[in-house]
Amino acid sequence: MMKLSLGPILWFWSKQTVFDFYANAADWPVDTVYLGETVCSRRRELKLADWFEIASVLKESGKQVVLSTQTLIESEADLRALRKICSQQEYLVEANDQSALQLATQNQLPFVTGPSMNLYNTATLKLLAKQGLKGWSLPVELGRETLQQLIVELKNEGLDLPAEVFAWGFLPLAWSSRCFTARHYNLPKDNCEFRCLQHPDGMELRSRESQELFRLNGISTLSGSRYDLMREIPDMERMGVATVRLSPEHQGMAEVVRRYDQVRRGEAPASDPLQLVEAPPCNGYWYGKPGMDLVPSQGL
Amino acid sequence: MELVCPAGSLPALKTAVDNGADAVYLGFKDSTNARQFAGLNFNDKRAAEGIEYAHSKGARVFCAINTYPQPDGWETWKGAVDRAAALGVDAIILADMGLLDYAANKHPQVNRHLSVQGSATSYEALRFYKDNFDIRRAVLPRVLSIDQVRGVAKHSPVELEVFAFGSLCIMAEGRCYLSSYLTDESPNTRGACSPAKAVRWHETPNGLESRLNDVLIDRYGKGESAGYPTLCKGRFEVEGSVYHAIEEPVSLNTLDLLPELKELGISAVKIEGRQRSPSYIADVARTWRQALNRLDAGAGDFRVDPTWNSTLAGLSEGGLTTIGAYHRKWK
Repeated sequence: MMKLSLGPILWFWSKQTVFDFYANAADWPVDTVYLGETVCSRRRELKLADWFEIASVLKESGKQVVLSTQTLIESEADLRALRKICSQQEYLVEANDQSALQLATQNQLPFVTGPSMNLYNTATLKLLAKQGLKGWSLPVELGRETLQQLIVELKNEGLDLPAEVFAWGFLPLAWSSRCFTARHYNLPKDNCEFRCLQHPDGMELRSRESQELFRLNGISTLSGSRYDLMREIPDMERMGVATVRLSPEHQGMAEVVRRYDQVRRGEAPASDPLQLVEAPPCNGYWYGKPGMDLVPSQGL
Repeated sequence: MELVCPAGSLPALKTAVDNGADAVYLGFKDSTNARQFAGLNFNDKRAAEGIEYAHSKGARVFCAINTYPQPDGWETWKGAVDRAAALGVDAIILADMGLLDYAANKHPQVNRHLSVQGSATSYEALRFYKDNFDIRRAVLPRVLSIDQVRGVAKHSPVELEVFAFGSLCIMAEGRCYLSSYLTDESPNTRGACSPAKAVRWHETPNGLESRLNDVLIDRYGKGESAGYPTLCKGRFEVEGSVYHAIEEPVSLNTLDLLPELKELGISAVKIEGRQRSPSYIADVARTWRQALNRLDAGAGDFRVDPTWNSTLAGLSEGGLTTIGAYHRKWK
């Protein structure tokens, strides 16, 4: 059966909120949980020890725990934090940039890659497989057709590299050294007053015609519509996708997991895609269209 | 420091060389490079002419093959690497790890430069590219502050090239998917950001509107000068206020930083703009040549000539320049 994963929390939540979220997640039907701060080095509500505490609870609940690394590495302090993650042996590491690839391979750690790692072809996957790649996420801007070709080519190469697809949530689309939340409040990034804490689902950026385009989330920019591939699960299962990733939101996540779990078990609910935090749905990337488009599903 | 200038066409290449470029970079007429524009770039014959011209004047030529091939495109991208090697370019600028691996194995004698699209923002990332593909040089993304550049430069296993002037990407290059979210093309997939085919202009009672795949990017009142609707430089609404929520239309200009960049051991400064005209290239190359010559004459005495800045400001988006992320406060 296809696996469900819970991606790293992309937003900035308080320590208590994070602990509560994972205390609940321990009981959800997800197979894999990615932990850690992947967006901003200033988000330090949780120390590495806190993440390990959460990791051990989840592990005891039977989840596979993966430690995710920060996507944009800029400073020596960022590298120090990265080295700590890449020198432990207990958990698999999700490498989210080439700095993490270097440290993981140097320490001969097995690793997986997240959706911000640019894996667009079989040659790249083959190369990383030699270095310890155990699984990979499809970059968010790639769709069904490319994935299908990659899965076939990997099979022909005799490579067993499970593929994961970001299937539900706001798509992480860009990272900058500039903080857009701080910019909104006219604050310097280095003295941002941690305003992201006030925006547990990011800040909506709309066109002047009120079209929801993006969500600003500190230094990262996410899609304004919510990606939802729930209806593509049977198709993905046929293609050989190993895991679908659900990206945490602070409300209603239990329900999202429950519905995806039903679909992967073939108990597909007939109702419309989920609407929790209000946002339009999209699935364009999957069908090779602009990401924001909503294409009638051809999957079910 | 080497002055690396863009060449979107043979006339632009010759102009860049004639006005003091130490090296020029070009791409083929397809989506294998990150400046895929109609009417721009080189076929093999033009590239050969350009390379001959540059070499005859002592300048080097780099070929950018810095988009990310998918299975469908793999043979085309591989072919582009072979063509560049056969043409005798001085370096190939690459981003995709699979393609870097191919180039390193198939054409080990041709220098490999890591493109800015390869998103290497730390010396550990540079070590990865050096250890695996023996790159000779890397172009740093425009997201690092000068102190961060210092940190990278101190431990870098390869030569570094930094952006000096031109359009300012404010997202970490190589990992920005905003364009393919609104249109069906991105720098990674098609070598295009906010592609011209998706741009529409409308004169309306509310003002001149620029749209990208029908999404309103900006609306200009009377007397406001309109710019190309690059999606991150539009005016949008966030929590009730309308402003340049991501970035203003502004260009990067690092003339002021030249002594510091030299002191850090930076090997080359790069001018953005293969989509620009030969006359633009001439003005920019000439200005930077003068600046670099003065720098070489004695770094301690380096002063930015006000005419250089006014020349460059006149060639900039919105007439404005910034040193961008190099200055921590910009962030």
